[in-house]
Amino acid sequence: MVDRAATAGRCRPPGGAGSLEHMISVEHLTKRYGRHTAVDDVSFHCEPGTVTGFLGPNGAGKSTTMRMICGLTPPSVGAATVLGRPYRQLPNPGREVGVLLDASAQHAGRTGREALTVAAATMGVGRREVAVKLEQVGLTGTAAKRRVRAYSLGMRQRLGLAHALLGDPRVLILDEPANGLDPEGIFWMRGLLRDFADRGGTVLLSSHLLREVEAVADRLVVIGGGRIVAQGGKDELLAGDRTLVRARDAAALRRALAAAGLAASDGTDGSLLVPATAETVGQAAADAGVPLSELRPAEGGGLEQLFLSLTTNSIPQEAAR
Amino acid sequence: MTSTTASAPGNPTPAGPDAGPRPARAFAGPSLLRLTGVELRKLADTRAGFWLLVTIALGTAVLAAVQLIWAPDAEQTFGSFFTASLLPVGLLLPVLGILSITAEWSQRTALTTFALVPRRERVIVAKLAALVLAAAASTLTSLATAAAGTAIAGATGGAGTWRIEGALILHATVLQVTNVLMGAGFGLLLLNTPLAIVSYLLLPTLWSVLGEMIRPLRGPAGWLDTGRTMEPLFTPDVTGEQWARLGVSLLVWMVLPLVAGLVRTMRREAA
Repeated sequence: MVDRAATAGRCRPPGGAGSLEHMISVEHLTKRYGRHTAVDDVSFHCEPGTVTGFLGPNGAGKSTTMRMICGLTPPSVGAATVLGRPYRQLPNPGREVGVLLDASAQHAGRTGREALTVAAATMGVGRREVAVKLEQVGLTGTAAKRRVRAYSLGMRQRLGLAHALLGDPRVLILDEPANGLDPEGIFWMRGLLRDFADRGGTVLLSSHLLREVEAVADRLVVIGGGRIVAQGGKDELLAGDRTLVRARDAAALRRALAAAGLAASDGTDGSLLVPATAETVGQAAADAGVPLSELRPAEGGGLEQLFLSLTTNSIPQEAAR
Repeated sequence: MTSTTASAPGNPTPAGPDAGPRPARAFAGPSLLRLTGVELRKLADTRAGFWLLVTIALGTAVLAAVQLIWAPDAEQTFGSFFTASLLPVGLLLPVLGILSITAEWSQRTALTTFALVPRRERVIVAKLAALVLAAAASTLTSLATAAAGTAIAGATGGAGTWRIEGALILHATVLQVTNVLMGAGFGLLLLNTPLAIVSYLLLPTLWSVLGEMIRPLRGPAGWLDTGRTMEPLFTPDVTGEQWARLGVSLLVWMVLPLVAGLVRTMRREAA
């Protein structure tokens, strides 16, 4: 193990090529608590330069999966590696992986600055970095000197983000980082994460809100009831093949679609959703001479439906760990 | 070595215009010395920890004051001031030991602590080392308070004798170190602040009471009741048999909880 660690340290390519293509690699992770399976055979990978949105309703197994990736929860089956190694074998993980699993997991009696100072001392990062990171997340002046007890959830998230960024890592693992942030804070965080990924970093962030990660993620991994129900590029997952179409004469439009053999379902406010491309739907309307007032791909339709069904299904299953 | 140089922070990676998220480098893990320093800092940097340390120091001062006012003049010596100050410290040090362990779980900092140092046993060893240092430092506090008390006693008509046996200081240090480690053991085993404090205060006392009340228990109690086995440590003279009794009782009340607690902490899910 010793020489393997030494080799990995020496030969690690700077850009993350070869075996490090997967900055985070999750293979068949399963976690059972008694008879309850919290995470069931979850596998996915995160590549450098990407933001992966880990989506699922509350209690779907997101946090448990992330804790297993970070070596805090032993998996029942499967394994995860970060930067090609099990997390627990990283000699100084804070310098390579920034982790924010729970913004409230800070000692309430410690000041924000002190919490970071302790972490910096543990990682061997200079004290100056503490001030830099506090500044970066907007916790300056009196806010940094206050005890975490007095922090709002939004401030705790900012502190947690500063904590995750403290060691200048290449990988970020963030569990619900947008929780408690105001809209401006969410916008700011998106920019920060996008920028981090654009500079070659890897981000895995979880959320129970589709809209929240949609704006920043390149890839989505959707989990429900402990199982992965969908994963892939955001565009392919969100686009689907559904088209939203609207005409002043809805009845004529319906007839035109039926004549073309297209099934249509009612959308909101009088529009129709058609499981076909916009081109096909437009052609059908043109053939029947029905003037359209709106024609566009129905964004997120499929995923949103899937997500909604997950949320409704998983409520009874939601069990305390 | 070459690749390390190539990926030094100054050189931009092909991935982006500025160095961005840093390129790969081998990072050494924190040494035990560094971790011990961090754990020492964590003993004092929270509100609870800070006031506990202040209370311990104040406790010794209060006991010295009590002695100055009420103790007979002849007993106002350096030795007796020192011995008396061991009591409040010995009572509160275990709480420090318990808190340093259980706060990680009750305040949920275990999540961040063990994410930064996944080898949990290193964190625990550093905590124990920090506690031993704190206990040793408490002996210095006791000495300082005793010195102040003796000086005042000398000026106010007390005996003010400065003589103290080196063995007493050594025994006092052993006493406080075992006190703090017993607390840590209870903390590690129970991982819950109120439960650990109550058990620590109650179980040995209960055992003492039972040992007194139940005749067949009297023999074993002499070997297992820390209240009795630790008593000789308040004196400069400890016999071989007394050390043996102390050792056996500590095996049960200190070593066993520490080992079982370490195993539990290693396995416990941090959430």
